[in-house]
Amino acid sequence: MKIVVPVQLVPDLVEELVVDKSGKALDLDTVRWIISEPDDHAIEQAILMKEKDGGEVIVLAPDFEGADDVLFAAAAKGADRLVKITGDFEGGLNAHALARALHPLVKDMNPDLVLTGVQTHNGLDGPVGALLAEYLQIPYIGYVSNVSVQGNKALVSKDYPGGLKAEMEVSLPAALGISSAESAPRYVPISKIRMVMKTSKVEDQDVGDLDPSGAAVVTRMSPPESAERATMITGKVDDVAVKIVAIIQEQGLL
Amino acid sequence: MNQDIFVLVEHLRGQVADITYVALAQAQSLAVETGGKVIAILFGGNAVELSKNLAADIVLHVESPVLAEYTCDAYAGALTGLIKEKSPRAVLVGDTTIGAEVAGVLSARLGMPLISNCVSVKGGRFSAKICGGKMMVEGELPAEPVLVAMVPGGFKVEQGQAAKAPEIKTSPVPDLSGVRVTFKRYVEPESGDIDITTQRILVGVGRGLQNGDNLELAEELAEALGGAVCASRPVVDQGWLPTTRLVGKSGKAVKPKLYLALGISGAPEHTETITGSEMIIAVNTDPAAPIFNLARYGAEVDMLDLMPALSEAVRKAKGG
Amino acid sequence: MPIRIDFWGIPWEWAHLLIYVTVIGAGVVMLVRFYLQARLWWKAGQVKLCWDRPLLRLWRVIQYAGIQTRVLEQKYPGVMHIAIAGSFFIFFLGTAFAVLNTRIYEPIFGDVFLKGGIYLFYEVVLDLFVPVFLLGFALAGYRRWVVKPKRLTLEPKFTWMLILLLAIVVTGTLVEAYRLALQKPDWAPWSPVGYLISLLLPSGDAAEAGLYSVYYFLYGFHPLLVVAAFILLPSTPLLHVFTTPINIFFSDPARPVGQLAAIPADKEGLPIYSRTLCNLTWSQLLNGDACTECGRCQDACPAYAAGQPLNPKQVILGVRDVLRRDAPALDCSKPDKAPELVGEAGLTEEILWSCTSCGACVAECPVLIEHIGAIVDLRRYLVSEGRLDAMAQDALNNLGRYGNSFGQSERARAKWAQAFEPKIKDARKEPVEYLWFVGDYASYNPALTDITAKTAEVLQRAGVDFGILYEGERNAGNDVRRVGEEGLFEMLVEKNSMAFAKSEFKAIVTTDPHSYNTLKNEYPSDAIGGRPVLHYAELLDQLIASGKLRLTKKLGYKITYHDPCYLGRYNNVYDAPRRVIEATGCEIVEMPRCRKHALCCGAGGGRIWMEEGEMKERPSESRIKEAVALEGVQVFVVACPKDTTMYRDAVKTTGHEDRLVVKDLIELVYEAL
Repeated sequence: MKIVVPVQLVPDLVEELVVDKSGKALDLDTVRWIISEPDDHAIEQAILMKEKDGGEVIVLAPDFEGADDVLFAAAAKGADRLVKITGDFEGGLNAHALARALHPLVKDMNPDLVLTGVQTHNGLDGPVGALLAEYLQIPYIGYVSNVSVQGNKALVSKDYPGGLKAEMEVSLPAALGISSAESAPRYVPISKIRMVMKTSKVEDQDVGDLDPSGAAVVTRMSPPESAERATMITGKVDDVAVKIVAIIQEQGLL
Repeated sequence: MNQDIFVLVEHLRGQVADITYVALAQAQSLAVETGGKVIAILFGGNAVELSKNLAADIVLHVESPVLAEYTCDAYAGALTGLIKEKSPRAVLVGDTTIGAEVAGVLSARLGMPLISNCVSVKGGRFSAKICGGKMMVEGELPAEPVLVAMVPGGFKVEQGQAAKAPEIKTSPVPDLSGVRVTFKRYVEPESGDIDITTQRILVGVGRGLQNGDNLELAEELAEALGGAVCASRPVVDQGWLPTTRLVGKSGKAVKPKLYLALGISGAPEHTETITGSEMIIAVNTDPAAPIFNLARYGAEVDMLDLMPALSEAVRKAKGG
Repeated sequence: MPIRIDFWGIPWEWAHLLIYVTVIGAGVVMLVRFYLQARLWWKAGQVKLCWDRPLLRLWRVIQYAGIQTRVLEQKYPGVMHIAIAGSFFIFFLGTAFAVLNTRIYEPIFGDVFLKGGIYLFYEVVLDLFVPVFLLGFALAGYRRWVVKPKRLTLEPKFTWMLILLLAIVVTGTLVEAYRLALQKPDWAPWSPVGYLISLLLPSGDAAEAGLYSVYYFLYGFHPLLVVAAFILLPSTPLLHVFTTPINIFFSDPARPVGQLAAIPADKEGLPIYSRTLCNLTWSQLLNGDACTECGRCQDACPAYAAGQPLNPKQVILGVRDVLRRDAPALDCSKPDKAPELVGEAGLTEEILWSCTSCGACVAECPVLIEHIGAIVDLRRYLVSEGRLDAMAQDALNNLGRYGNSFGQSERARAKWAQAFEPKIKDARKEPVEYLWFVGDYASYNPALTDITAKTAEVLQRAGVDFGILYEGERNAGNDVRRVGEEGLFEMLVEKNSMAFAKSEFKAIVTTDPHSYNTLKNEYPSDAIGGRPVLHYAELLDQLIASGKLRLTKKLGYKITYHDPCYLGRYNNVYDAPRRVIEATGCEIVEMPRCRKHALCCGAGGGRIWMEEGEMKERPSESRIKEAVALEGVQVFVVACPKDTTMYRDAVKTTGHEDRLVVKDLIELVYEAL
């Protein structure tokens, strides 16, 4: 069972987001890159499947700051191969460019399953998983929270709103957009990561120039207007409580 | 290409998704600019029932056993033919568990540009919200046929609903023999819990809850107010509340008279499902939390301190 | 001439030989059996023998096993134990001297030394310890059979032990009494107890034959009891007679209490995690056998008192039970095949995570067992396997990524200082006298930044030259280490050490006792460079004493002070904060559990990052109730940001907001400026 997990790094929303001088993109000096959470779940799902049925897990990440940490953490969890995609990311790396860059690499790997996070919070041109699946000519199912493989088919659980799920069967090879793994991503102790840094290797794969076509051109990026900002209630907790009660009473809801 | 606007109707078990109406409203607005028609694409289902209030000019209905239940492979397969045949100006889908993947596959297959997280399209420009709602993006609508995945915010559901049912045209069944995905069955969510969508007052808790043990404070407050507790994704992920209480894109949309958003940051996945609330009061220690852009009133205090104080104040006011 | 007659009244040589052979034989059996039990320690455990500074170690044995200073800290059981142990020690010496007298001294020097005054002194002392023993026995009996305190293991084996000891003493005294009745020496009254009893025995020639019968019987029965005691000893709790001195001898005299032992490494330098019995050190296994089941640790443990499943006594006995059950058949050359230790004998994950690392158990233990060391070692194993609850994982992930447990950007650490005028010096950019290590809670918790700002103001008013590391500071790592994430601890130490290396300062002052403990006791010496590490209470004390900080107002509050675990019990700083409080003109009323016995607030050991779990009564609430019981006390003074958080909450949840207010020490000082 060979599982390929392409992951993405996204801006850490804990940090303050600042728009750069051009007014069209984030200021790369202040951005801290962190693995996209659904991608973290994709890695976990792949490792869980490897632990259950054996096989190989290959993780790919684009060369952003912190990519090495992401890859080594994946290795510490049990990933077998680590691939870092290098190239000219100056203009940003959108989903189409990444999917096109991944296409030949993943095709060569000939996986049974491609697991990737179902979405990134900064994505503007669609899910990478769906694009990559189409380039690879394999089926794609997104918002998957459960996978089990039987022979050359996979049975997956797709999430719908309201807690509803749908079970679908898909023939392999297939690509799945993971929304959450069967269990939360495991904790990896720092000592294990440090050990893995000494024993594992990251393979650099250069993909040359990117083709970002398929996305729209951004002309402006800005924090949302706070024109409709809430009326703030000030004071200590007890005062706030009393004022809120007054508001609720006014609404006739008490 | 012609100037028509396609809108993919997303429906599950006889219900049309709210986002489809939002997309229809956007399509109507866009169609005025392009001079084309709004064509709703309906796969499977009872065409008459599902189309009855769609604000579209025409409904193109495709009936096939393969399309009886949604799969990405089948929908993308069927839509491919229709797009190639009719060459619309734009194809609108919901940026959802259905629309996002269909649009993704079509973008790669047909080489059509794709815009996600789109709030609105107007005058040849689009606006989108990314980074958990912390960034607004504007750009130019591509000149060629484009796929647009919509999120709520730009248009109201009512604007996509029509009083009169549109004309239904049946479209021939395309070749769906290459579909590689089979729908097996639905799995119901855990039942035996209250239905938060029918509550008048909701106490929503988010990451600010910090600890499952603090839930009892929220329950107490909900009880005092005569409402129920619901939660955003982080709380449900931790297992502190079941998914039946999840308010958000993967959970339920709610329209209470009062929504107390406590310790909820206000990411779009959550906020887009509470916009139907009559009044939102938000409490968060982070003054920059996006929820404050949606709420009518806000307070920058710790929810863990506020809940007991508010419960007390409510009880006092009720004469208890 | 008073003289000791060996084997008086027993002229038969074979009898002497029999007694010597059986008693010595029994002694040998005892030693062999002890060896077989002790052997398990190095059969199973990692062996690393350290006996550097043997004289210091010997002195510790004398202190703790001989004089028994810790045992005596509690009056009743202290007196009780000294009475029993001391008297038996004296009796043993008595017998040893008697043998020495006849079998070694006499053959060499041709004469005995137990004669004349020496002999009389010998007899008096031996006899007087009989009532001492009886007192001890009575105290023990009353305690064990009438009072029945929960912390004792109320099992028959202890009762039988006591009765055996009583029987030995009683038969020995009776042997003496009968001898005195028969021998009738002039100096008989110098054995007062035996003499008084002998007066009660029938006298006269008619009784003599009867007296002899009893005498012979007792003369055989008494050594028989001793033989039984020797042979049985290793299976009884009396084993501690051997194991506790050994445990005390091999306990590390140099390692401060606030310093955890490093993870042992194997030949390749890889860490050894305590997955199985084979991975524990031999001294950890010895700890199990040294435990006397006294239960003082159990009584002191805040988690146990709160109704959590943790019981430090059972943790140690659990290790002992697994050792005895599994070690004989264990093959530690194949450690992968050995069964996992966690989950055995009550060492469940829930129990292991309940510990707050407050140190009360270790401080109370009369025989220097390291409960916390064992718990942290097992936690280290669990962390290496990723077995910890989701909230703890989140906290560790945040600490690893952002250097704080709040999950907030490291850039936001000094936000509280931004509006501060005059601007606080940046210790990374300019030299300062005091590097103020602020700590996570004081920097990030919005409810506490008020106090942090007051601290800065007080320091400025006192003219202290200080600076902070701004965004360069990371969590000091004390609780990360106690959670068992040693790798993360090392990473935090590295980052902080780098920041220290780039700065110039003469001393470090901390807000948080946890940071204080680890910076002082666990950071590598080249990072701290021998410079003093102070808690702000110590600094304030110095400033007030030297007059640099003048307090103009006398506040007149009646307050009680809570000794933070890592300031008080771990580092013995009790008086400095009290002097500061008194300097503000407040009256201190001590809680019953104060100083070394202060009750932990429950936040330490990473507990504040974990799910609370089921609890009868939170330790913080119990503490507030203790404070509220003190008449007239209005203020609960703390010196730790986590204490402030925990106790403010507890005051609310116990409904005492009108009665008690929680203030940090600095708030009093600020008010009194």
